[in-house]
Amino acid sequence: MRTAAAVLRKDLRLELRTREAVPAMALFALTTFVIFHFGLDRRSLEGELAAGVLWVTLLFAAMLGVNRLFVAEREQGGFDAFLLAPVDRTAMFAAKAAGLFAYLCAVELVAIPAFVVLLLGPGPGAAFPELLLVLVLANAGVAVVGTLAGALAIQTRARDLIAPLVALPLLVPVVIASARATAPLLAEAGAGAFPAKWPLILALYDVVFGLLAYAVFDYLLED
Amino acid sequence: MSALELRGLGRAYGERVALREVSLTLEEGRTLVVFGPNGAGKSTLLRILGTLLRPHAGEVRVLGDELPGDAWRVRGRVGFLGHDPLLYRDLSARENLRYFARLYGARETRVDALLGELDVLGRADEPLRTLSRGTVQRIAVCRAVLHEPDLLLLDEPTANLDPAAAELVAPLLARGTRVVASHDPERGLHDADVVLGLRGGRAEIAAPAAQVDVADVRRLYG
Amino acid sequence: MLYGKGLRPLALASAVTLTAAFALVFFYAPLDADQGFIQKIFYVHVPMAIVALLGFVAGGVMAVMHLRTGDRRWDMRSYVAIHLSLVLAVGVLITGAIWAKGSWGHWWVWDEPTLVSFLIVFLLYATYQPLRFSIEDPERQARYASVFAIVAGAFVPLNFLAVRMAESLAHPRVLSTTGGAMPGEMRLTFYLSLLGMALLFVTLWKYEMASKQTSMQLRALRRKLSGEEPPLSVGRSAAPRVTLPARPER
Repeated sequence: MRTAAAVLRKDLRLELRTREAVPAMALFALTTFVIFHFGLDRRSLEGELAAGVLWVTLLFAAMLGVNRLFVAEREQGGFDAFLLAPVDRTAMFAAKAAGLFAYLCAVELVAIPAFVVLLLGPGPGAAFPELLLVLVLANAGVAVVGTLAGALAIQTRARDLIAPLVALPLLVPVVIASARATAPLLAEAGAGAFPAKWPLILALYDVVFGLLAYAVFDYLLED
Repeated sequence: MSALELRGLGRAYGERVALREVSLTLEEGRTLVVFGPNGAGKSTLLRILGTLLRPHAGEVRVLGDELPGDAWRVRGRVGFLGHDPLLYRDLSARENLRYFARLYGARETRVDALLGELDVLGRADEPLRTLSRGTVQRIAVCRAVLHEPDLLLLDEPTANLDPAAAELVAPLLARGTRVVASHDPERGLHDADVVLGLRGGRAEIAAPAAQVDVADVRRLYG
Repeated sequence: MLYGKGLRPLALASAVTLTAAFALVFFYAPLDADQGFIQKIFYVHVPMAIVALLGFVAGGVMAVMHLRTGDRRWDMRSYVAIHLSLVLAVGVLITGAIWAKGSWGHWWVWDEPTLVSFLIVFLLYATYQPLRFSIEDPERQARYASVFAIVAGAFVPLNFLAVRMAESLAHPRVLSTTGGAMPGEMRLTFYLSLLGMALLFVTLWKYEMASKQTSMQLRALRRKLSGEEPPLSVGRSAAPRVTLPARPER
């Protein structure tokens, strides 16, 4: 735990200093909203379409963060220095997943208000707590699977291509559940009924992949 | 107890064999100097001893513990200084060393003491990418000795340093048991208690330093 | 283990079973009341899908064995299983499309959850080879491929669950894939087809393993002939040295 906190603090400090991931992710999300506006030729979106645009954008923005996640470790010897330390290897996974989770939250702080202003027809208003719940659960899933995919891809020759190719199919259930859960919240006729099964699926997904990644991550660091 | 015991050590990368049948013993407090041309297996040997690579054949004991099985007990007791400084370019010297102090379980007060000793305190808060290679190398030395390791694994530790800086670093790296990879026969032999000469992954020389002369070492490169 | 052993009887058994299954499909199994002749593709499509999915999961289990034992032969087994399942998966998607066109009039239907799940699984496994062959160090390649195989293997059931919950079952499903609601003749034919497909998979798996083993031995012999040094002998602390299916890179 202490190790994971140290690695996380180091990562956040690096990100604050270099600003390599979060600003690019946020900018990417904004640009994608604009592109959706022209691509769909719609002034405003609501319901399923709004949920779909939101989640596709967030997911693709997350892929940028996934690609950056391990670059400093690989290129500046962070992996070796970490492996020389008498610490639990899984701390690296916990720290990276927590870091990606924080990046996603930071991006959403910008992207969600922008989405509401630029594209969303009905205001989210009353459905805000539910939306927050879905965001947190989905971010956790994306963080876990994204970290795993980033770690899998970092030693490959075409790592920027491999990471999204691996992560996106794995994240299809997250998109399904998040989009389905969000759609009624963004409906034109005011927030519809919030189906409880989708947050449950997201939570189940987070737990299963969290445990799985925890179990296999060590093998990605060994040599 | 011997600090190092290798018996028939081998390591391959796929089909390319990098080390083959390397055997030697090193007593505690002694210095092993490893000579050999590029690609002879020096770095591979150091990485195996540092638990960064698994041995593929033979037996390896480091500080009494067998690798790779007991590698976790060896970690934190070796100081590793390779070609790369293993430091984050965008963090300052102090931030880097504080981070590694936490990972390696070293006292944080040691960070400033070491930085002072190597005369980099003045630039301790600048990102490493703004510093010269020599300065970064000095900070890398700090990282390697931060946790007062029992065994130092050094890959040409003074390659990027000017003579004055090399002098500054010397006392920090002159303690405990050492394995030093070197390209400099005269200096290397001067430091060595035991010599290992590698060529094509094989041990051409494995003898006490007293029985080896400069010509023997030069022959490895011929 | 010699993979070539028993290959001939096994190949014979798969050929006989598959021929018998096809004979049943065309001359014994009744025509489906609603769909007519096109429904017969079911006897290829569904067994192929089941065998492919089992192959993916088996690849995951073999990958677990690889990581647990450090024995690289398990990785090769896992690789061959996933590789063959991928080939079958292409067949599943094609036959599925033909079936959809025949009975619903569209090449692709999004509200058939099993087919959609299968597509997602296929897309995921399609990255297995690019991932694997863009890692240079063979040992790391084996380890990373195993991690992928385990995660993907666990993903298969979870994905089916999520997709099934998402799709409303708009089309009445004429046949339950479990075979429970089928008339006896159909069920017999289906099970024989499934058995034939499974035998075919095992035969191909063994065949590819035998071929890889042989080419490896050939390479070792050639190396010995040309006077090169032998690969490292097996040490106490080391995993048995097996060279991976080498693929010409570039």
